[in-house]
Amino acid sequence: MSTTLTPRRARTGTPPVPRRSRHGRWLAAGVITLAVSAVVATGVGPAGVSPGEILTSAWHHLSGLVPGIEPVANPLSPARDAIIWQGRAPRVLTAALVGAGLALCGVVMQGLTRNPLADPYLLGVSSGASLGAVAVLLLGLALWLPVAAFLGALAALAATLALAGFGGRLTPARTILAGIAVAQACAALVSFTIFASTRGDSYREILGWLLGSLARAGWASAGIAGAALLAVGVVLAAAGRSLDAFAFGDTSAASLGVSVTRLRWTLLTLSALLTGAMVAVSGAIGFVGLVVPHIVRLAITRRHRWLLPLSGVAGATFLLWADTAARSVFAPMEVPVGVFTAGIGAPVFAWLLLRQRAGGER
Amino acid sequence: MTAPVLSARDLGYAVAGGTELLRGVDVTVRAGRITGVLGPNGAGKSTLLRLLVGALGLQRGTVHLSGSDVTAMSRRQRAQRVAFVAQDSPAEVSMDVLDVVLLGRTPHLGPFAADSPADLALAMRCLQRAGADHLAGRDIATLSGGERQKVHLARALAQEPEVLVLDEPTNHLDVAAQMQVLDLIGAVAATGTGVLVAMHDLDQAARTCDQVLVLDRGRAVAAGGPGRVLTAELIAAVWGVDAEWVSSSRGRTLVLSPLRPSIA
Repeated sequence: MSTTLTPRRARTGTPPVPRRSRHGRWLAAGVITLAVSAVVATGVGPAGVSPGEILTSAWHHLSGLVPGIEPVANPLSPARDAIIWQGRAPRVLTAALVGAGLALCGVVMQGLTRNPLADPYLLGVSSGASLGAVAVLLLGLALWLPVAAFLGALAALAATLALAGFGGRLTPARTILAGIAVAQACAALVSFTIFASTRGDSYREILGWLLGSLARAGWASAGIAGAALLAVGVVLAAAGRSLDAFAFGDTSAASLGVSVTRLRWTLLTLSALLTGAMVAVSGAIGFVGLVVPHIVRLAITRRHRWLLPLSGVAGATFLLWADTAARSVFAPMEVPVGVFTAGIGAPVFAWLLLRQRAGGER
Repeated sequence: MTAPVLSARDLGYAVAGGTELLRGVDVTVRAGRITGVLGPNGAGKSTLLRLLVGALGLQRGTVHLSGSDVTAMSRRQRAQRVAFVAQDSPAEVSMDVLDVVLLGRTPHLGPFAADSPADLALAMRCLQRAGADHLAGRDIATLSGGERQKVHLARALAQEPEVLVLDEPTNHLDVAAQMQVLDLIGAVAATGTGVLVAMHDLDQAARTCDQVLVLDRGRAVAAGGPGRVLTAELIAAVWGVDAEWVSSSRGRTLVLSPLRPSIA
């Protein structure tokens, strides 16, 4: 460590700015990868369809959405078109939207709680949303499913933060322990509710809500996930600088002009909203929100301005491929997609834990 | 006498349960001058600083910045005028040094604004003023305590404040780094910025500050020039140690020793 006494130097203009990595290029590359992935993944399945057929079908249907324009003629047979446009396309799109949403939730929760291990799944928020959704489906509560999932997510988040903050500081370790307790309690209630309602395939349904599944994703799912992502995404895009300012603590953020309390509760509520919408269409998919932001941070940037969109695109690509694997690796059997995300995510989680221990308790 | 850039009157702060951390404290910071806040642990130094930078809400008293009441300002407007370097910034936060300095632009930029070339150039000049421009490409988590403190100082300078507030900026630094940081604070004041700095080391404070404010159990017990305020009687009463000013070829130095009962 060289700390020599530097004599006051003469001011000789502005020192050169070090070379900065080109985040815009990363984002462009990510978007292109995501688009190509979406087309390729739509082609994966028992009935082979070519990228050309996929683009033709998409062009036909999308051109029909523009008012005043005659839809482009569709050369595909109705059966093949249905495989693409009714079967696979909405599922692929939903997977991408859910992946993006969960990754954004992870970025926000990690930033606001200054806890590298925070994510909607580990904080119990996803399980809470599952419980809300299951309660509506099986107990006949008169609530729209996404609203119930949002309320479940919000309640679980409140329970986790209250439990962690009770009688002490909100340390990362306490928050995770509290999250696990809340997640387990919610998971038990989800399982019990499904069993108690004694409908056909209980086990499959329980797995679908607790490990996540996109098997039932249709255009309505894509609509719900897309609308929530758009609404929350706009607010998050405006919060990038403020989230950066949180890095060195609340006092430091406040002295940089950030309304700390208001921002924290607004963004935590919005991330619960986003989690609720995602869980309503796909169940509680774990580890996307944990793994994706960390990889983007390590590989590209920690600035939220770029971290948010890059994580969204990376999360979308990640879940899209995880779901493609879930429906095709053991075809015709369908594996819950959470099995694949956890298979990749759990080792990363373990590595983060070890790294944190090596770095000392915070 | 230059005009006050920060003027606080009758500040009071109590926590839930009614314990008063601060009562009836006045502070004045003038452009280009360094005001020190001194006092033993628990005297209310940090509470006072946090009130002045807006990290704590005002309960009692008023704060004016160049004559304008802070209650009429938004947080952003306030942060454009007052910058704060907290005590012991977390060491494990990983972030590029240049990005840390750019955080100082937060109150000046809109939520969607990108860092302009002008912001980058300003950040580099602030790093240079702090003697840390060679660290611009490093990760702040890999720096020594002294280097980290310089980066945080550069971040505060990038806020282009009228008042720079620092909470024990030499805490946990080795002596060379302490002197560099104090030297830097002097250089900042020399450019016309008002400085308010909480300090532990009385001798350092006497050398660094134009004015000092001594707090004891939440009250201001003395204020004025350090040579006049830091008398042996006051130091014995507030800190419970014996103090003596000793002249040497390098100027006057404050020598502290345990209080001897025989003095009485």
